[in-house]
Amino acid sequence: MADTGTTLGAPAERREGRDKVTGSARYAAEQTDAGRVHAWPVVAGIAHGTVRAVHTGAALALPGVLTVLSHDNAPRLAPADDATLAVLQSPRVPHRGWIVALVVAETLEEARAGAAAVRVDYDAVPHDVTLTDDHPDAYTPEQANGGSPAHREQGDPEAAFADAEVRVDTHYRVPPLHNHPMEPHAATARWDGGRLVAHDSSQGATTVRTVLASLFRLAEDDVTVISEHVGGGFGSKGTPRPPVVLAAMAARETGRPVTVALPRRFMAALVGHRAPTLHRFRLGATADGTLTSSLHEVTTHTSRIKEFVEQAAVPSRVMYAAPHRLSSHQVVPLDVPSPSWMRAPGEAPGMYAVESAMDELAVEAGLDPVELRVTNEPDTEPDSGKPFSSRHLVECLREGARRFDWARRDPRPRSRAEGPLLVGTGVAAATYPVMINPAQATAHGTPDGRFVVRINATDIGTGARTVLAQIAAHTLGVPLDRVHVDMGDSDLPPAPLAGGSSGTASWGWAVHDACTRLAARLAGHTGPLPDDGLRTHADTTGSADADSPYARHAFGAHFAEVTVDTVSGEVRVRRLLGVYAAGRILNARTARSQFIGGMTMGLGMALTEGSTMDGASGAFVESDLAAYHVPAHADVPDIEAHWIDEEDPHLNPMGSKGIGEIGIVGTAAAIGNAVHHATGVRYRELPLSPDKVLTGLTGLTPPIPTPTG
Amino acid sequence: MGSREHSMGADDATGSPDRHHSEVTLRVNGKPHTLIVDHRSVLLDVLRERLDLVGAKKGCDHGQCGACTVLVDGRRVNGCLLPAVALDGCDITTVEGLAAGAAGATGEELHPLQRAFVERDAFQCGYCTPGQICSAVGAIAEAEAGHPSHVTDPEAPSGQPVPLGPDEIRERLSGNLCRCGAYPNIVRAVEDVIR
Amino acid sequence: MKPYAYARAGSVEEAAELYAAHPGARYLGGGTNLVDLMKLGVEEPAALVDVSRLPLDTVDELPDGSLRIGATVRNSDLAAHPTVRDRYPALSQAVLAGASGQLRNAATTGGNLLQRTRCPYFQDTDEPCNKRAPGSGCGARDGVHRDHAVLGHSPQCIATHPSDMAVALAALDADVELYGADGPRIVPVAEFHRLPGDHPEQDTVIRPGELITGVLLPAAGAGLPSLYRKARDRASYAFALASVAAVIGVEGGVVRHAGIAFGGLAHRPWRARQAEQALLGAAPTTAAFERAADLELAAAEPLRDNAYKIRLARNLAVDVLERLVPPAAT
Repeated sequence: MADTGTTLGAPAERREGRDKVTGSARYAAEQTDAGRVHAWPVVAGIAHGTVRAVHTGAALALPGVLTVLSHDNAPRLAPADDATLAVLQSPRVPHRGWIVALVVAETLEEARAGAAAVRVDYDAVPHDVTLTDDHPDAYTPEQANGGSPAHREQGDPEAAFADAEVRVDTHYRVPPLHNHPMEPHAATARWDGGRLVAHDSSQGATTVRTVLASLFRLAEDDVTVISEHVGGGFGSKGTPRPPVVLAAMAARETGRPVTVALPRRFMAALVGHRAPTLHRFRLGATADGTLTSSLHEVTTHTSRIKEFVEQAAVPSRVMYAAPHRLSSHQVVPLDVPSPSWMRAPGEAPGMYAVESAMDELAVEAGLDPVELRVTNEPDTEPDSGKPFSSRHLVECLREGARRFDWARRDPRPRSRAEGPLLVGTGVAAATYPVMINPAQATAHGTPDGRFVVRINATDIGTGARTVLAQIAAHTLGVPLDRVHVDMGDSDLPPAPLAGGSSGTASWGWAVHDACTRLAARLAGHTGPLPDDGLRTHADTTGSADADSPYARHAFGAHFAEVTVDTVSGEVRVRRLLGVYAAGRILNARTARSQFIGGMTMGLGMALTEGSTMDGASGAFVESDLAAYHVPAHADVPDIEAHWIDEEDPHLNPMGSKGIGEIGIVGTAAAIGNAVHHATGVRYRELPLSPDKVLTGLTGLTPPIPTPTG
Repeated sequence: MGSREHSMGADDATGSPDRHHSEVTLRVNGKPHTLIVDHRSVLLDVLRERLDLVGAKKGCDHGQCGACTVLVDGRRVNGCLLPAVALDGCDITTVEGLAAGAAGATGEELHPLQRAFVERDAFQCGYCTPGQICSAVGAIAEAEAGHPSHVTDPEAPSGQPVPLGPDEIRERLSGNLCRCGAYPNIVRAVEDVIR
Repeated sequence: MKPYAYARAGSVEEAAELYAAHPGARYLGGGTNLVDLMKLGVEEPAALVDVSRLPLDTVDELPDGSLRIGATVRNSDLAAHPTVRDRYPALSQAVLAGASGQLRNAATTGGNLLQRTRCPYFQDTDEPCNKRAPGSGCGARDGVHRDHAVLGHSPQCIATHPSDMAVALAALDADVELYGADGPRIVPVAEFHRLPGDHPEQDTVIRPGELITGVLLPAAGAGLPSLYRKARDRASYAFALASVAAVIGVEGGVVRHAGIAFGGLAHRPWRARQAEQALLGAAPTTAAFERAADLELAAAEPLRDNAYKIRLARNLAVDVLERLVPPAAT
């Protein structure tokens, strides 16, 4: 790429920053088209059964109510590949919180009142929402999320474990977790004749367009989906969600633009969740800590309408050398809402188990946990045998240890107290795979020396507009302020979603290719440009998705210091540090924010976040932001994020790896390991809330929660 | 029922007062708005749906996230829990009006906190940001007025301004959730402004 | 939310009249809980009588040395009031331990006392709940109840009262001033909230149409050391798993005054009278504090998943008492 000094990697300010701090950035529910009306869903109060009758008379009699849609009268959609989008198509209720009706009214107040006035009769049948690792319906799926094989085995792990000099045989439990982006899922749709235009809070409008076209039997050209500003998603907006389908239906029925914004407490059941994972983990090692056997067995749940298997055993295929290995998943279909992606699916819960088990092994073998990890650093990817395109985990551990002053740590558990507080430190590694998907982009050079890049990328808060402009400016060899980026609209060249930490790599590659071509055209052009400038197009199909002979992953190390209050059982994080090796960092400012944001979510996973399912009702009990505790300001110390320069020629033209998810991976283990170091008690179920911690400190047996979870 | 609900003339553009609707005058970002409101309408929805001021966000609609934070008569509050009808005559400042309200500002400028949020990258998705900024404006004023917080030393003298160190800022802004995890940068942005 | 009428009261008397004139009315204070519950369909008032602008927004010292807090004093102003901070520090601390800055700016003293449980089964109209829908059952008893009561619960209800402020008021021997059709009356805060028994739908002893006009803090105990401590799932902006407020007076090496109340353990702020009795006249030692706490908590009946609250409450109480009476003072 052409060298423009500091453009790539520079801490450029977010391009939409001014709009966001002044309130002028508009999100999906804020499209106040003339005549726009509101719709409010009615959700199922049973966990399993069918709708016998939807009584709409009282609602329709209320002022302002325009219509009530249910499976009785809603437009028929084409069959949906994703069963969660087949809304109002049948009387079947697959889980509590499923949408059974939609009230459309002139105002929000009238829509909410209308929804409250709808009465639904059900034929309920018995349900089962309780996950256990010996559930009779458990089965081994063909694949886990992301296409990973469900089961992998090398050597004779059971025998090697039995023969090992040092053994850890343990269980971990990660509860259901909810993404809860600050902007609830929302869409505003209108029909212009036969064309559908939707503003959707989505991580990828291209896919939403494709799905809407299919559901409503339209040509893709007759659908436009706009996702200009998106208030976070963390995976939950990575697939199309019911609001955009409902808004399009309601707009067609009423002839009015319609906004559907999910009430917060409906989200737990309707936008995916991180499925609970029950882990059995066994590690066998020689006395010096060299792993001989690793067995990671995961049990999780899925819904009755969709098989989603949290790939939590996958990271143990990547992390440490061991000649004998097993990693497997089994899944139990239950009458629960459909799980889906939440920031680092697989890696986040999986690495909690891997890195907790490694800490247990370090304690068991009397070894330093950093050195134990270094000892087991593999030469090639343990499962595939492929060489790593780059792997600098050891450097991250060493750099983190140096910055954290790890050498001064007294390894003895419960060795440090400050009055009633026990203080401890912990470490955990992090990993996240490199994913890249094909995209298209155009670049346009204008006679006045400006450039416009067009691509349907999405900014869910990552700073995509900014970093794509940096990539374009760098490639073109022009100042950053000469480049404009058009994105967040499905009429633009198609692009994959902002997810899997793949956005910048995928979009950036297409932008790079389009700009490289434009630079070549400009270099070969003599005289003034034509009035409409020069345009180039790039499509990275075939290159971005080519098989790589390398195992490609980002790595990192997390270090945490905690205090545990022996009076209250309250755990607070005092220090949290991450060091990453994630290829080339393309924008130091926004990258640091993503790392810190990921660690913050990991802090929540460790200490405050957890959802429980009521066995009797099938509802997630912690369904609002008062009960589901995402970390607040006061929980979060001045988190540090650093990275090491990593040159990797086997990734993409920018040399970057994804950075959006790795911050959450391993953070919960680092904090949990620190809690063990502080207290001498090993807690194996998240979150480490005062009830569990105090119970452990008191030497009582922690209660086994009977509701699933 | 009450004597005030029929006391003023109706605004014909928005219906007329009746048992369930009343006329109110809200002074929003310095500009008076007289309108007929559904008694069920909370301030947040009136701002967003009636006045097209969408800066205040709806994150939870139940006072559990702070995205809807605005200033009513100079105090930060959750707009989602305040029936607009109860605010007749109140002065309301939203994120859209902060810059104009800052001393000596012209329309083009940003409020110092807005500028600091951009410079410190104190947000990612931006959805909680207007609430964070309005909350910080209110919190700074509260500390200046001597309001203690949960982390203020109980021995600190009553009635004196409370210095805002990082722990004070974190505690005072804890009513504003940020799922992107921009908290450390928000603390720095607030520190920049109070320095 | 159903449409409702609205009227703003200019005086306490007018408020009572407006309430009487409108069946199904509710008083509107700060609205922070009422509006929340109306959106959920838990509260469905036919009318709101707005009492938020009544001239009850001052904190006044009375001639007998007691302190009167008007019902519409906002929580943030109460916590910041110099007299409150200096003479009743536990009250200021309790208020500041609750909710958020925004909510405290809106919430009123009266409304705080009348806030309703945050039991998720109460808040979800699709769940059984004897408090919301008498006779429908209790979803929490066999459901998710880690946050629920260990003291004084009944087969009908295991909800807890969520207020922090009320816990401090109970420990400080405060009274609630009420005004209703029969005129004014006074009820001790510690007796204002009920235990659920067979009527969990009744949170308090307030009568229909009665309005809280203020809270009285007695002169006795004013200026004694007092403290509030709360344990919660996150560092701020969360309801109490358990909390304790205590005020203690020590003279001549023995306890002469003790006020202790627990939050998060019961359907009402739990005034720990047995613990107080055990301490009065005793030397203020850690052993005495532990015995007192254990005595009070002996009556606890934990549910499947909330036995931790007994240990938590004990620890908090002993810790707070130790802080109030440092070893040097004993």
